[in-house]
Amino acid sequence: MGNMKLTLKIWRQNGPKAKGELNTYPVNDVSEDMSFLEMLDVLNDDLVRKGEEPIAFDHDCREGICGSCSLFINGEAHGPGRMITTCQLHMRKFKDGDTIHVEPWRAEAFPVIKDLAVDRGAFDRIQAAGGFVSVNTSGNLVDGNAVPIPKADADTAFDAATCIGCGACVATCTNSSAMLFVAAKVSQFALLPQGKPEAKRRVLAMVEQMDKEGFGNCSNTGACEVECPKGISLEHIARMNREYLAASVTKE
Amino acid sequence: MTKLDSKIPEGPLERKWTDHKGHIRIVAPANKRRIDVIVVGTGLAGASAAASLAELGYNVKAFCFQDSARRAHSIAAQGGINAAKNYQNDGDSTFRLFYDTVKGGDYRAREANVYRLAEVSANIIDQCVAQGVPFARDYGGLLDNRSFGGVQVSRTFYARGQTGQQLLLGAYSALMRQVGKGTVKMYDRHEMLDVVVVDGKARGIIARNLITGEIERHGAHAVLLCTGGYGNVFFLSTNAMGSNVTAAWKAHKRGAYMANPCYTQIHPTCIPVSGTHQSKLTLMSESLRNDGRIWVPKSLEDAQAIREGKKKGSDIKEEDRDYYLERRYPAFGNLVPRDVASRAAKERCDAGYGVNKTGEAVYLDFGAAIQRYGKLQANILHIENPTPEQIKELGTAVVSEKYGNLFDMYENIVGENPYLHAMKIYPAVHYTMGGLWVDYNLQTTVPGLFALGEANFSDHGANRLGASALMQGLADGYFVIPYTVGDYLADDIRTGPIDTKSAAFDEAEKAVTERIDHFLNNKGTKPVDDFHRRLGKVMWDKCGMARNAQGLQEAIAEIRQIREEFWKDVRVPGKANEFNQELEKAGRVADFLELGELMCIDALDRNESCGGHFREESQELDGPQKGEAKRDDVNYAYVAAWEWLGEAGKAALHKEELTFDVVKLTQRSYK
Repeated sequence: MGNMKLTLKIWRQNGPKAKGELNTYPVNDVSEDMSFLEMLDVLNDDLVRKGEEPIAFDHDCREGICGSCSLFINGEAHGPGRMITTCQLHMRKFKDGDTIHVEPWRAEAFPVIKDLAVDRGAFDRIQAAGGFVSVNTSGNLVDGNAVPIPKADADTAFDAATCIGCGACVATCTNSSAMLFVAAKVSQFALLPQGKPEAKRRVLAMVEQMDKEGFGNCSNTGACEVECPKGISLEHIARMNREYLAASVTKE
Repeated sequence: MTKLDSKIPEGPLERKWTDHKGHIRIVAPANKRRIDVIVVGTGLAGASAAASLAELGYNVKAFCFQDSARRAHSIAAQGGINAAKNYQNDGDSTFRLFYDTVKGGDYRAREANVYRLAEVSANIIDQCVAQGVPFARDYGGLLDNRSFGGVQVSRTFYARGQTGQQLLLGAYSALMRQVGKGTVKMYDRHEMLDVVVVDGKARGIIARNLITGEIERHGAHAVLLCTGGYGNVFFLSTNAMGSNVTAAWKAHKRGAYMANPCYTQIHPTCIPVSGTHQSKLTLMSESLRNDGRIWVPKSLEDAQAIREGKKKGSDIKEEDRDYYLERRYPAFGNLVPRDVASRAAKERCDAGYGVNKTGEAVYLDFGAAIQRYGKLQANILHIENPTPEQIKELGTAVVSEKYGNLFDMYENIVGENPYLHAMKIYPAVHYTMGGLWVDYNLQTTVPGLFALGEANFSDHGANRLGASALMQGLADGYFVIPYTVGDYLADDIRTGPIDTKSAAFDEAEKAVTERIDHFLNNKGTKPVDDFHRRLGKVMWDKCGMARNAQGLQEAIAEIRQIREEFWKDVRVPGKANEFNQELEKAGRVADFLELGELMCIDALDRNESCGGHFREESQELDGPQKGEAKRDDVNYAYVAAWEWLGEAGKAALHKEELTFDVVKLTQRSYK
């Protein structure tokens, strides 16, 4: 065990409609090698032993790829540090004696389930609206190498496709806009020949669903790009806007 | 005793699947609409199966405990996916992939299943490319490959260090396309807590809505378990925190046999344990062994100085380093299979050569690769007489391009720059080759209950080769189950919707509710993790990288003790009808506490060393193979399928004899 002492101010909320509040929890013996979530594990362990309710938070892979973890730490999505998720945030980023504020993602489209866990189902619905290539499973498709794809396009499509759907972009945005998330998917497919045939339909359907879910507009502040744990570039928003404009103008 | 019928089709190996597909029954499109299929789990196997079955016209219900189907743990697979495309013209073929997989599995897998896997592997790549999966490409725009452990060809397709993510998002997009169409009904944040068997057939599941706590009944004509592996029985593993055995274990208790549960893959290249707070271990992709060289100091004094912080790895001169894999296995070097590499690391660390505070770490060094790539890059860029700094800079850029995200991940966790200091790694639990016993059609011993992907036992024998898990998950989901489930469902076209008000559903729901009530009313003192940690330590110490009869017997007694204390003394706060993560964990750990014992029983029964299962009693005592694992084909060339006999620790062994018609059994030498 380590020797850092911290004061945590954590959002507690017992359900979507309940009123929430920040509660204060002191934690001792924090080691700098712990991840932020391991530090919360220690706190929860202690709460359970004392007969109190542990803090609910989403987490799973704990290696920065599943996109489950979602904490707003000291006013930043996934806390201090760039290009990491909360589970990759380590306590060496903090100092002995620090007070740390921990809150859930806050957005109308992400209602709180309990404490720090929120419902991000809106992202799945946007994906279901058009985030795919309409190809059925078949053992008789064309060979994977039949259509060469310029490396630059494949690489940029990959960069967009690394989005983990965590929602940090929404939580960070003053307008709770989901443009970076939607643009990443639109852009990935727009760059690949396989995605081209239904590119117009896709961008229109995904944007329509995004608006329906209650996400706000993009005002180009660029905060999403800064807080994105995968460094998804704003260029993808620009590409989506071009795609959207072209699709709207030429809509059948 | 029931005879296990593996239902392997007749005929020559390379014709079996084609002939089988051509002869099994299919369900007509109009009838598919009358048939419901439940898919539990939305990783590669589950998402691909759910999407493909919905495309065919079945009504699919898909379940996952995560908040979105996209978060299943397949997402974390890093290195790649194998396919016998032979794009590199290096002599690869379906047969070679088949052969490598059987050999890599130490001759404990079924030939017919493995051949089919190799056969459909190429289709997987085509399918994924068509879905828009952005695989790595070369400058000509064609798909790139890399090599992986245990093989001598380059057949691994990849998307930087995030191949699992890209493949899963491909399968997820196919799944969401069907969700959008209404052909798949998605139940996320739902956990399957029992399978319901009606008149001997799987006819549905009991699931808990993890948000409201509601216990739900879902009926279907077939149930597909795509619920992954059980590595979290060790508490510390590379699995996600939520990965669990519960669905498979409930199936086992309802009559599905559990096969080869002791076959655990300990992955050689993980970030070492840093302290008691540790909640999970992080894998560094095996692809790193393409370019990284593994070593420890030659002298005990140097190793000790490093452990005490008096020396650094870089202080050890080239001639004072022991590249022990290259020394012991010159033919494969750093690319030996995972089980071999893991045991070799343990051997060096046990002998006192470990290089971190705990003594349980070895170096994975990219110094040589940076030099090699730097010089190559200087040639490509026509830089004459490059300076050492230039070479290092150019080489570092190449290494970063290939493995950048892995290096970043390492630096985040360890707090040390791996471009400057050699990485420290140690083996960790990663994958379980064992799982539910299935026949050639992926059906368990319960009719109508199928198991796909890591949840079944079928393709990897006693050791899985790198980049083969993704291949198997997608092969099962996209290309096997759509055919074989049809053969089973052909009898159900007139069955009509399954009645979920039957006695079988009543009984299953009651058992689930009673268990939840027990946890919440138990006035214990210790949190769930306490017991899980203790179980994990017993498993790691006595049923981990090396096992012996005495240790396994002790482990069985200790697990029983922990289990007893768990039921008496576990404390689960909160209520049943709410989001309650401690309650979720309690149910999972209860099942791990039973599975752990069966793993030890299985390990005890198998008095041979094969693949990931190393019995200390069974090793070569002399000759060039001294200290290597010794397999016993005369007595143990079988699949151990265990039948639940009503209580934990009681299980009947059924043996499926493995016959090898094509591959000749030899000692697996990588020297």
